[in-house]
Amino acid sequence: MSLRRLLAVSRKEVFQVLRDFRSLLIVLLMPLMLMTVLGYGINLDTRHIRVFAFDREGSPASQDLLKRFESSEYFDLVATVTDYRALAAALDDGRCQLAIVIPHDFSARLHDGRPVNVQALVDGSDANTAELAIGYAQGVLGAYGATVQADYLRKSNAPTVNPVLSVEVRTWFNEDLESKNFIVPGVAAIVMAVIGVLLTSLTIAREWERGTMEQLISTPVTALEIVIGKLLPYFALGMLDTAVCAAIAVWWFEVPFRGSLATLAVGSGIYLTAILGLGFWISVVTKNQLAASQIGLVATFLPSFLLSGFTFPIEQMPLGVQPFTYVIAARYYIVILKSVFLRGSGLGALAGPLIALVAYALIMVFLAKRSFHKSLA
Amino acid sequence: MDDKTVVVRELVKDFPGVRAIDHLSFDVAPGEIFGIVGPDGAGKTTIMRILAGVLPPDAGAATVARCDVVGDPEGVKHLISYMPQRFGLYEDLTVNENIRFYADLFGVRRSDREARAAELLKACGMSEFRARLAGKLSGGMKQKLGLVCALIHTPRVLLLDEPTNGVDPVSRREFWAMLYSLAGQGVTVVNSTAYLDEAERCHRIALLHQGRLLFCDSPARLKSRLQGSVVSIVSSEARRIRDALAAADGVSSVVLVGDALHLFVDDADRRIRDLSARLIGNQIPFDEIVRVTPTIEDLFVEAVRKDSAHPAP
Repeated sequence: MSLRRLLAVSRKEVFQVLRDFRSLLIVLLMPLMLMTVLGYGINLDTRHIRVFAFDREGSPASQDLLKRFESSEYFDLVATVTDYRALAAALDDGRCQLAIVIPHDFSARLHDGRPVNVQALVDGSDANTAELAIGYAQGVLGAYGATVQADYLRKSNAPTVNPVLSVEVRTWFNEDLESKNFIVPGVAAIVMAVIGVLLTSLTIAREWERGTMEQLISTPVTALEIVIGKLLPYFALGMLDTAVCAAIAVWWFEVPFRGSLATLAVGSGIYLTAILGLGFWISVVTKNQLAASQIGLVATFLPSFLLSGFTFPIEQMPLGVQPFTYVIAARYYIVILKSVFLRGSGLGALAGPLIALVAYALIMVFLAKRSFHKSLA
Repeated sequence: MDDKTVVVRELVKDFPGVRAIDHLSFDVAPGEIFGIVGPDGAGKTTIMRILAGVLPPDAGAATVARCDVVGDPEGVKHLISYMPQRFGLYEDLTVNENIRFYADLFGVRRSDREARAAELLKACGMSEFRARLAGKLSGGMKQKLGLVCALIHTPRVLLLDEPTNGVDPVSRREFWAMLYSLAGQGVTVVNSTAYLDEAERCHRIALLHQGRLLFCDSPARLKSRLQGSVVSIVSSEARRIRDALAAADGVSSVVLVGDALHLFVDDADRRIRDLSARLIGNQIPFDEIVRVTPTIEDLFVEAVRKDSAHPAP
């Protein structure tokens, strides 16, 4: 192994990237674009559910209940209507996702301490939102019910009864349960996978397509020098993009960063090596730029999205699918990113995913090196 | 045999459905400019790639500068420079950057590199293009840059696959001047070409047809060894002449060479009289009918004809 030959390959590759408009676009614009599009686009928080209300009573009590919906950040009280037909129409054409009907004897029943049924109609065509809407609505009604009950008991001079059991919930790591706090680091993992594979997938294929490989393999440069020499510049660019993604996450999306930069750098470096190795291997095997970049995209983008635990928790996937998640490098990196950002975990706590990524990176570089021969055969 | 820089013995290379190299054997001496000559598909590129260590043969042996190409292809790569048929340098790198890249790969010392690059670039008239991207050079300059990069270290053997293909006459002359000067310094040059006029510039040539060796000798000796002679007929009715004389006694082949018709005959002096009588009898006009020294092209056509008539077992 000659350092001079290795660095010669790196230097040459740097010149080529700097003079290749396409590669520069991938390096400079892709992280910004993907981070903003995906960071804003994927929002699992359901807020501002549109609500229509049909208040059949119009009493201060019923108004009070509706105010509670209005003041909740989960609901937007869009309109109050005066008949069922308007309510049904609003649900039909999607102007509202939740419709509340308050009965005509609402305050009378409350006053007498009789049970009251408030009707909620939910648009179930989006099951996820519907379930959240039901949950939040029950929360609002329950809270209102509890105040009314307390009032009633106070008025009737009954002894105050405290609930026997109550849950005091305190959320750690993501105190406000904001989905962006775990989505944005996940997006960074996907962005890096896509960029890393796209960049390297071109590098070997380009040499074959342009005919420069034949002359290169007739020189004393070794296969390992070519592999490492070519990976080095892309590693540097990838780390730069990691820094850009992290900066966007912290300063733009305001994701808390509680870990150390060193942990982030170590984890990202290993993950990047794995991804670059994968892209390189694809490039070696296909020998064709178009095929390599398309296979690279298919091999990273969708799997990192769907199978890494980014969108769907791995434990909830069908048992037959779960084994496939182990070959997705993003699976391990997302764990590392979330832990470093939100929990402030150090290297020790992340040993599991780190070791998995090291193994992944070694296998990828080994495969790339083994598939690459200094021969036309 | 120890003094030969290239030794090829019974080399065979098969591609799906075709035998590209068929039991090929030849030697090249140090300081020799050796031409591998043949039409497209003769196996020229395949033999160059095998000698460069980038394509393993299926059978046979080959050594380059005493290094076994089959057993130790990587060892060969320190001793040679190889210029593939297709331009193999980086078009998005400048002339200087390409030179530096290859100098680094061959471990040329920095001080040597500067002196050598300046000398080589001057020799091929490219000194003022050092900062130009290789992709912006003309075809001839690209080939000369290829040669400069190949010679930035001192190879024992220089392998050039159709180096002057598509190169203008001036660049071609400079190119050959550099090759002769290299050979004078003891570098062995193996180059392939489909141009027969270029083959005449080589010290020795190997004529290849469908992967088989037809002849291997100096151009002059090949011509003198040729049995029979060539009659040239200049006429505006070349096609009619060809039809009329192709089957005449003693004529083995007829080729159109420029504006003349070359007839390969067993004895030129005897046949000229019969042939001209026949043309006059058929009322075909002609300007001239003379005996000429056979060119490599005549030789080649005749050799290929014989080879096709009696395919090797």
